[in-house]
Amino acid sequence: MPEGAPPPEDLASVIPTASAAAGLATRESSRASSSLARVAGPSYRVRAGWQLALLLLAGLGPLVVTNDYVVSLGMQVEVMMCLALGLNIVVGYAGLLDLGFAAFFAIGAYTTGLLSLNLHWPILATLPVSVLMALAGAVIVGTPTLRLRRDYLAVVTLGFGEVVQLVVNNLDQTGGPTGIFGIPPLEILGFQIVTPIGYYYVFFVTLVVFIAASWRLRVSRLGRAWLAIREDEDVAMAMGIKTQRYKLYAYMAGAIIGGITGSFYGPAMIGVAPPTFGFMQSLLIVMAVSIGGMGSVPGALIGAAVVIGGPEVLRTFSQARLLVFGLVLVAMMMARPQGVWPEGGPGLGRILAALRLRLSRARPSGTPADGTR
Amino acid sequence: MTAATRSPDVLAVQGLSLRFGGLIALSDVSFGVPRGALFAVIGPNGAGKTSLFNCMTGFYRASSGAVVLDGADVTKASAPDLAAMGIRRTFQNIRLFPRLTAHENVLAGAHLRSTSNLVAVLIRTPGMRRRERELSEEAMEWLRFVGLDARAAVRAVDLPYGMRKRLEMARAMMGAPRIALLDEPAAGVSSMEREELSDVIRRIRDRGVTVVMIEHDVELVMQLADEVAVLDQGRLIARGAPSNVRNDPKVIEAYLGRRRR
Repeated sequence: MPEGAPPPEDLASVIPTASAAAGLATRESSRASSSLARVAGPSYRVRAGWQLALLLLAGLGPLVVTNDYVVSLGMQVEVMMCLALGLNIVVGYAGLLDLGFAAFFAIGAYTTGLLSLNLHWPILATLPVSVLMALAGAVIVGTPTLRLRRDYLAVVTLGFGEVVQLVVNNLDQTGGPTGIFGIPPLEILGFQIVTPIGYYYVFFVTLVVFIAASWRLRVSRLGRAWLAIREDEDVAMAMGIKTQRYKLYAYMAGAIIGGITGSFYGPAMIGVAPPTFGFMQSLLIVMAVSIGGMGSVPGALIGAAVVIGGPEVLRTFSQARLLVFGLVLVAMMMARPQGVWPEGGPGLGRILAALRLRLSRARPSGTPADGTR
Repeated sequence: MTAATRSPDVLAVQGLSLRFGGLIALSDVSFGVPRGALFAVIGPNGAGKTSLFNCMTGFYRASSGAVVLDGADVTKASAPDLAAMGIRRTFQNIRLFPRLTAHENVLAGAHLRSTSNLVAVLIRTPGMRRRERELSEEAMEWLRFVGLDARAAVRAVDLPYGMRKRLEMARAMMGAPRIALLDEPAAGVSSMEREELSDVIRRIRDRGVTVVMIEHDVELVMQLADEVAVLDQGRLIARGAPSNVRNDPKVIEAYLGRRRR
C-alpha cells in the first residue's frame, strides 16, 4: 500500500536516522539515557528517598513512644493521610473538585462494619465487598457529573456526600444516629489486632501501599491522562484521551482508597457513627490536599498531618485552639497558596536563594519570588 | 457514502458549512489535501480558518457538508476518535499542559500508543516498564527534533514563547500522526525563531506526515507550502500553487480591499 506516512509502530525505529538526517548529530545511546535520567530520575528519586526516611521514622515511632494517646493520634493522622491520598487522585491528579469524599470512607466503614457484625464475616473478607460498594458509589456520583466542570461538579459531589451521610443516619439497618458498635477486631493470620499500636501498623502498611500506588499511577499512562485532563480537557481530547472515561477512572481509584481506609477504620475504632462521615470530614480531606499542594503525594501527607495534628498541638490554647488553628491555616495559604509541598517540589533551594539575595541585598528588586512556583 | 471514496486526498472537506446562530463561519467550503503535501490555509482574520480546523478535529460539528478522511466520512467523529485515526493539531494560542514538564507534555501525546492496565501499572510489569521506557526515550528524541532536549525537565509554563510553539509540535508528533494540523505555527515569533520553526515544519513533512497549516506569514507560506487554499468570510476564494494564489485578484482584494474605480 503506497502509504505516505509510516504506520505508528515504525515510527520509533525511524527516529534516530531521521534526527541524523535533520542535521542533528546522533548521540550515543548512553547520552540519550543519561539525559532521560535527568528528566525522570532525580526529582522523583530524591523525593522517594526523603519519603522513605520519614516512613522509617514513622514506622519505628510507636516502639519509642508507647503513650496510647500519641499512638492513637498517629493512627488518626495515618487515616487522614490515606484519605488525602485518595482525594489527591481525584482533585490533585484529575482536577475534579470533590467535596463529598467522606462518602467513600463511610461506604467502606459501614460495609465492613455491617458484614462483620451481622454476618460474622472476617474483616479481610469484607474488603472486596467494600471496594465494590465504593466503586458503585463512584459510578453513581461519577456518571452524571462527567460533563460538569468546576463549581457544578463541587455542588453535585457535595450533595452526594450529604446523601450518604443522611442515609446512614436514617436507616435502622445502619444503627441510625448512634451508628454501629462492637465491630470485631481485624484478624490477620490468626492474630487479632486489638491495640492502638496494632492499628497504627495496619494503617502504616496501608499507607505505604497507597503511597506506592500514587507514585506509580502518577508516572503511568493513566496518571498522564489524568494530569492532561486537569491541565486542559479539550487538548486532552485532541490527543485521543477519552476524557469522560478517565474521569470516571479517577473517581474509582479515589473510591477504592477511601473504601479500604474505611474498612480498616471500623475495626480500629470498634464502632462508627454518622458524624465521622459528614461534610466537615470531606472538608478536612480537601484542606489536607490543598494545604499540602494539589497533585503532590508528599503534599497530601503533610497536609493530613497538619489538619489532624494541628489542633492537637495547639491544645495549649485550650478553648481558642480552633480559632488559632484557623488563623494558622489562613496564614499558610497566604504564604504558600500553591501548598507546602507542591507538585514541582518544595522549592527549598529557591527559597534559600531568595532569602540570601534579600539578606545580602545583592539585587534590590526584580528577583523572582518563590511564590510563582 | 461520499463521492471521494477513491480520491488521492488524505483529507478533504466537501461543501462544509458552519453556522453559529445567524453567524456564518464557513460556507460551502470544499477542497482536498493531497497525501504527503504541505498545505497552507490562509486568509484575513475571521475568515474561518480556525473554525475549519475545529471541524476537522472534532471540536466543532459542521452544520452541513462533510469532512472526509481517507475516503471515510468523519464529520460526526469525536475529537478522541479523530486522534485515533491519526490527526494531531496544535493551537493558535498555544495550549500545552502548563504545569507538566516539556518531557511530560510530549509523553502525554503518546496516550494512544500504549495501554494502561491498572494491575500492570501498580505492579509495574516488565512489559509495561519496557513500553514506558521506549516511549520516554522517543519523547526525548522528539524534544531533540524540535531542539528542546536541553529543556526536557522545564515546566511548559516556564518556557519562552517560541519554545512553547515548538514543544506543541513535538507533542503532536509524539502521537505518530498521519496528518498534522498546525494553527499559526509562526504567529508572534521572532525572525530567528521563525527560521527554526519553518525548518521543523519542513522536517515534519519530510517524515511523510501530511501537514496542513494556517499561517498569516505570507513569506513563510510561499517558502514552505506546495498548495494554498484561501478563505475569506467563510468562503473558499482561491486555491492552487502559492505563486498563482499570490497574484489572484480575489485574494488581493480580500487582503487589501476593493480597488477604487
